Amino acid sequence: MTLPDIASPEALQAQADAFITEPPPETVKLRTRALSFFYGKNQTIFDLDVAIPRNSVTALIGPSGCGKSTLLRTFNRMYDLHPGQKATGEILLDGKNILAEKDIAGLRSKVGMVFQKPTPFPMSIYENVAFGVRLYHAKSRAEMDQVVETALRRAALWDEVKDKLQTSGLGLSGGQQQRLCVARGIAVEPEVLLLDEPASALDPISTAKLEETISELKRDFTIVIVTHNMGQAARISDNTGFMYLGRLIEFCPTSEMFLKPRAKRTQDYISGRFG
Amino acid sequence: MGRRFRRTAANALFVGACFIATALALTALGLIMYSLLRQGLGGLDLNIFTKSTPAPGSEGGLSNAIMGSLMMCAAAMVIAVVVGLLAGTYLAEYGGDSAYGHLIRFLNDVLLAAPSILVGLFIYEIMVRPLHGFSGWAGAAALALLAAPVVTRTTEDILRLQPKELREAGMGLGSPRWITIRKIIWRGAGGGLLTGALLGFARISGETAPLLFTALNNQFFSLDMSQPIASLPAVIFQYALSAYDDWRRLAWAGALLIALAVLAANIIGRVIAARGSHRQ
Repeated sequence: MTLPDIASPEALQAQADAFITEPPPETVKLRTRALSFFYGKNQTIFDLDVAIPRNSVTALIGPSGCGKSTLLRTFNRMYDLHPGQKATGEILLDGKNILAEKDIAGLRSKVGMVFQKPTPFPMSIYENVAFGVRLYHAKSRAEMDQVVETALRRAALWDEVKDKLQTSGLGLSGGQQQRLCVARGIAVEPEVLLLDEPASALDPISTAKLEETISELKRDFTIVIVTHNMGQAARISDNTGFMYLGRLIEFCPTSEMFLKPRAKRTQDYISGRFG
Repeated sequence: MGRRFRRTAANALFVGACFIATALALTALGLIMYSLLRQGLGGLDLNIFTKSTPAPGSEGGLSNAIMGSLMMCAAAMVIAVVVGLLAGTYLAEYGGDSAYGHLIRFLNDVLLAAPSILVGLFIYEIMVRPLHGFSGWAGAAALALLAAPVVTRTTEDILRLQPKELREAGMGLGSPRWITIRKIIWRGAGGGLLTGALLGFARISGETAPLLFTALNNQFFSLDMSQPIASLPAVIFQYALSAYDDWRRLAWAGALLIALAVLAANIIGRVIAARGSHRQ
């Protein structure tokens, strides 16, 4: 089998449109229309259309540099923090274009994010979880205790930290820190949770726990996860999108993609022939 | 064999040079501390803290100079920390890459290296002359002008060391930028920010030149910052050059006091930083 040739952009686009299974319109939570993304003059996403169904896990896979993390970071406008980066087109969250959104902080409270590297804040475990909640809601001590406990339980961390809530979040292990970040993200009750390779810095046991957590969470949230781990995508996601050179090549229910991928490029990637 | 020998020799030479340089610096420091302790310890008694600077031959202490230095340094540090923290934060988090940011950073570096006597003259021209008089406030302003660039610089450097993921994580929760900076970035950088303030304090605690043109000196105990006020460095400068043994003894004691104050501030700072840190 030969390596896939680098097709012309037009050929890629034509190919891309052929292998997309659109989820039923009424289930769509988040949708992009003709989304393009630029790092300065360098375009990294090309006219991308994708529809993310609600209350499910959508995995984005593809070789390094294909634009999957970039795509994820447009969903909460994280790129806004960095000068020179811009997105064009539309991203519709429940039909409302977030690229035109003025209240970015409000948007980010609805679209939470967990990063590749655990990023606990330099404060206690309790305060880590309470931080985001305090920004938007005044709560009594007892109510806040409840919110913190619920979030930690949902992130499958409560039993490990319930006796040391006032100690620093930085004292936890890497896997615990990452679940703390998940707890912190869901404590603010977002509608969408973005996970950017959340398990890439974790050992297998921590990864398994995190995956369990993610599967639990999809009942309440719409989850989009970027991962390099094919097994992980197959285990936890309902739909999978395969990206290549800034385009969405194939999008369909995960079982279909891993059993009988339609695009040759997808097949080559998930079977490990390139990437 | 030849190459290996050359590498081993070069390594030994380099390590040896590092060792000698370190030893030289430490020896100089050791000698200074030794002479300070030997000459200053004898003059250090209760009178130092309770009596004002004496006329030659009579008994006295340094209470007026200690109080003057404390007040001026405290006022200067309040100004320098507020200005330095905000300016450093601006450079690291907001406008650091703009033309204005580059200009501010450049000017700050110039100020960082400016001779302190120039700073004293500058304050003399803009405060002492127009207001017709030397004062503690003018002294504090001169010291603040010396400490603020140090605090600005260290603040910017420390904040830039904070991982960008931490900022993104804070903003990702819907926290506005200034809350993210105040509650997360500053907190994470706490120990480093404190070190910056301590460096600023160490920079000004022994400064004499800028005080000669601004706070002048005062033989009497005074708490009035709008009048000329005594300071340890000015008294040391005056007494160390005098012909009287008891004055020179007081100068040594004053020098030791400054060294001990800087040491104490550093130790206290480290303890606070260690206790407040969230590393473990």
